[in-house]
Amino acid sequence: MPPKSPNGEVRQLSSSSETTTPVVDLEREQMLEAIELSLGDAFVDSHLKPGDDLWIRVRTDSWLGSVQKLRDHHSFDYFGFLSAIDWMPSPYGRGEDDPTEPAPVRDTTIRSGYAGGDTRMQVFIRLVNSKTHLGITVKVDVADSSPSVESLITIFAGANWHERETHEMFGIDFVGHNDLRNMYLPVDFEGHPLRKDFPLLARMVKPWPGIVDVEPLPGGDEEDSAEVKASAQSKDSDAS
Amino acid sequence: MTMLGDRQQLSYIASQAADARLNLELETEGMTLNIGPQHPATHGTLRIIARLDGEQVVWAEPACGYMHRGYEKLTEVRTFPQVTTLVNRIDWLGSFANEVPFILAAEKLMGVEAPTRAQYIRTILFELSRIANVSLFLGDLGVQLGAITPVFLAFRDREYVLNLIESATGGRFHPNFDRIGGLKDDLPAGWIDETRAVMKKLRSFCDQIEDLLFGNEIFQSRTRGIGVIPRDVALQYGLSGANLRASGVDWDLRRDQTLPMVWDKADWKVWTHPDGDSFARCWVRLQETRESTKIVDQLLGAIPSGPVMAKVPKIIKVPEGEAWVSTENPLGEMGYYVVSRGDLGPFRVKIRSASFNNISITPWLLRGVYVPDIVTILASLYFILGDIDR
Amino acid sequence: MIALLAEVPYWGQSLLRVLGGLVAVLLPAGTIVYVFLFKMMSFMQSRLGPMEAGPYGSMQLFAEVGKWLQKEDIVPDRADARIFKMAPVIVLVSTFLLVVVVPFGPEAWFTDFETGVFYALAVSSISVLGILIAGWSSANKYSLLGGLRAAGQLIAYELPMVLAVMGVVIQAGTMNLQKIVVAQNTGSMFGIDAIGHPYVISQFFGFIIFMIAIQAELTQAPFDMPIAESELVSGYMTEYSGFRFLIFFIGEFATAGVFAMIASVLFLGGWGVPFTWFGWTSVDDVANWMNFVGPLIMFTKMMLLVFIIMWIRFSYPRLREDQLQRFAWKGLIPVALINIMVTAILKVVF
Repeated sequence: MPPKSPNGEVRQLSSSSETTTPVVDLEREQMLEAIELSLGDAFVDSHLKPGDDLWIRVRTDSWLGSVQKLRDHHSFDYFGFLSAIDWMPSPYGRGEDDPTEPAPVRDTTIRSGYAGGDTRMQVFIRLVNSKTHLGITVKVDVADSSPSVESLITIFAGANWHERETHEMFGIDFVGHNDLRNMYLPVDFEGHPLRKDFPLLARMVKPWPGIVDVEPLPGGDEEDSAEVKASAQSKDSDAS
Repeated sequence: MTMLGDRQQLSYIASQAADARLNLELETEGMTLNIGPQHPATHGTLRIIARLDGEQVVWAEPACGYMHRGYEKLTEVRTFPQVTTLVNRIDWLGSFANEVPFILAAEKLMGVEAPTRAQYIRTILFELSRIANVSLFLGDLGVQLGAITPVFLAFRDREYVLNLIESATGGRFHPNFDRIGGLKDDLPAGWIDETRAVMKKLRSFCDQIEDLLFGNEIFQSRTRGIGVIPRDVALQYGLSGANLRASGVDWDLRRDQTLPMVWDKADWKVWTHPDGDSFARCWVRLQETRESTKIVDQLLGAIPSGPVMAKVPKIIKVPEGEAWVSTENPLGEMGYYVVSRGDLGPFRVKIRSASFNNISITPWLLRGVYVPDIVTILASLYFILGDIDR
Repeated sequence: MIALLAEVPYWGQSLLRVLGGLVAVLLPAGTIVYVFLFKMMSFMQSRLGPMEAGPYGSMQLFAEVGKWLQKEDIVPDRADARIFKMAPVIVLVSTFLLVVVVPFGPEAWFTDFETGVFYALAVSSISVLGILIAGWSSANKYSLLGGLRAAGQLIAYELPMVLAVMGVVIQAGTMNLQKIVVAQNTGSMFGIDAIGHPYVISQFFGFIIFMIAIQAELTQAPFDMPIAESELVSGYMTEYSGFRFLIFFIGEFATAGVFAMIASVLFLGGWGVPFTWFGWTSVDDVANWMNFVGPLIMFTKMMLLVFIIMWIRFSYPRLREDQLQRFAWKGLIPVALINIMVTAILKVVF
């Protein structure tokens, strides 16, 4: 029996053709319209990549209600995952700083991704329709000062563990989840590791091996090590 | 025995009585048993805290995190090609399969598609890693239930598959073979014929296991009706892979989404089972393994010639954007949500691992079962610690 | 030879008996461990097993014994030390007590009880005590679970064992093990003298029930819930290491050997071959050389039965203990009772 592929979609993935013909994704567009209609006020923004995926963003205070509508009215009954994104670029870059040089000042302006965003952190979940196999990524802003959203465990029981992990990694409080224990980290761990201002301690403790020579070689070959340092720095400025 | 004064005796008796009353009110008569983190049954350092009433479980909960390596934080300091080395080690038994969704996500953002030959080889290696992973599951299933012989057959036959993967990629367990835009190398000479021979051996192994283990009455009585997961609960918890298909949901990501992989070029069947119990999950995996060997055979006959690597720049900078790709990995649905800022490395990678969702159902599932059934249920749900803990 | 032995003073005879008992228990144990555990299991699992220690790994058992003997004697802190140390000894002592009643030849026996069967069944239950107190005194929840499971299982499977043996006793008309051997070797089936009357044929169901009950008494798979390696680590043996574990280990295989010996006495004709092959008519006629060949024949039959036990052990998954109990109480015991009824009726009628 030949495998079936999702119907009603026109795909164009390869960029080998010079002129990209506009791709039309009727199914997702119709879905987006229906969602916009049913969510009404709660709907803030969206981004549709034809043939690829759909992102929407909802208002923070109607998080629970929106997800419930998506599950009940639009049949997104499969819970993919729940997590968060911290949109602030890391002040530590990629951890490749030379500890003997003064720490470079990096641009930490917050720029959000698809479907926009007004806050530093966003919670996002992935839901899939188990019949049509179409998925949707739903994002919601989380307030900067005391980050919290409603918990989804009353709608999707599987959100329990995901919310616990997001809480310990980002520090986002989930209102209504009465058991936000640490999932992975020890009980007395301080800080929220996946936030960008939490440094990767492995790179703090031991400098990145790619810097090669931090001190001058024994025997006073200072020009050699300076050369290496210069090349490493140029690579660094390339990267960040 | 010391002689207590009257007053002391009375207060001692009173405190005992109070304790007894307290014990009656709380139902804390049971015993709390720690299964793991060091235990022959768990596939790694999983710790299950079980409150038992005799041999019955009152509640049980897994405590994960003994193997948490912080992958999502580590990816933020890596360049895109370096992430494959990290990601190999999430599901270490079928490790080529971990690289593929990430590479596909990066390729999607770059707008690059691997040449057809690379797609074929990728799919074949993907299925080989599935066979390697699940054949160990089939052997291990016996050990969990007390049959010590099938596991040696499994390891013996798995060696053939690992040798194949090693001869193609250089690594038995952590191939690190996928590159953005294609593969690192082409296949060695004679690999295709050898793979065909190995697939025959694997098919006979599947038949042996079906006879030896699945046909056994004791196995059936230990697994039928144990740990039943209804369809809607499975969807709510986000179960995936064979666990979902064993609850009757006809969903296979290889068939139900279009990706630049060539599963649609082979003629194969998706196996489901209506029961949703442990036997169904094990049975579905067995059938899927056999089906994988058939897919590999068909694809081997059709590999086109050509390059294995598309034209990608030497230093890979993935343009800004977000992409989500998930594939039907041996353990279930594994996906990567890649956020890129146009840098050399990713801005954020969310790793959606199958076992995390699969095991999140155990607190709900393990209530009221017997202690031996805990092992049966965990064995049938099939997880790898690296997948849960990332 | 009895004339020779009669001249040895009583203390000498007792010493010989003790030495004989040690050999009778430890030699089969060692052979079983090497042949079945090291080699047969390995071949069944398509591997070779130990090959380094000695030619084809034959010295492996000695190497392992040496290893265990030189280990540190660890008693867990909160364990009840006295009982903890007693438990393995109880298990092994019950095996030694069991072997004294097994006949090895027409005159090669340790004791000749008139109620040998009764004694054997009674003494074999002592090991249950050892397992229970091992589980309890280890101060370890896994051991406790294993000990409790063992208690339920071993007591449940005592009954089918006893009932199966009842059929043999009714058939032979005596509880004396030597007389049971003689009855099997002097009887005849279907009018043919040449095959004797092995009770494995006429008491076939009793034989099957007895073998299943032995499998459970030895806590071998499919009845190894008390040990259940994948759940309870090692069950009641978890906290034992060094030579205490060695005693448990030897006890396990020695008991397998001794139970197989008793089974071969009860069902396969013990140390004898049908007497008509040599023209003997009663046990007094039997030639003297049978005292040396008899143990060898007994050994062979024992190895055959242990082969069956081990074969099943390495192939089957384990039953959950409620399934195990159900099997004993609702399956084996009714069949054993019916077996006794039918045997009694047929014995009276014919």
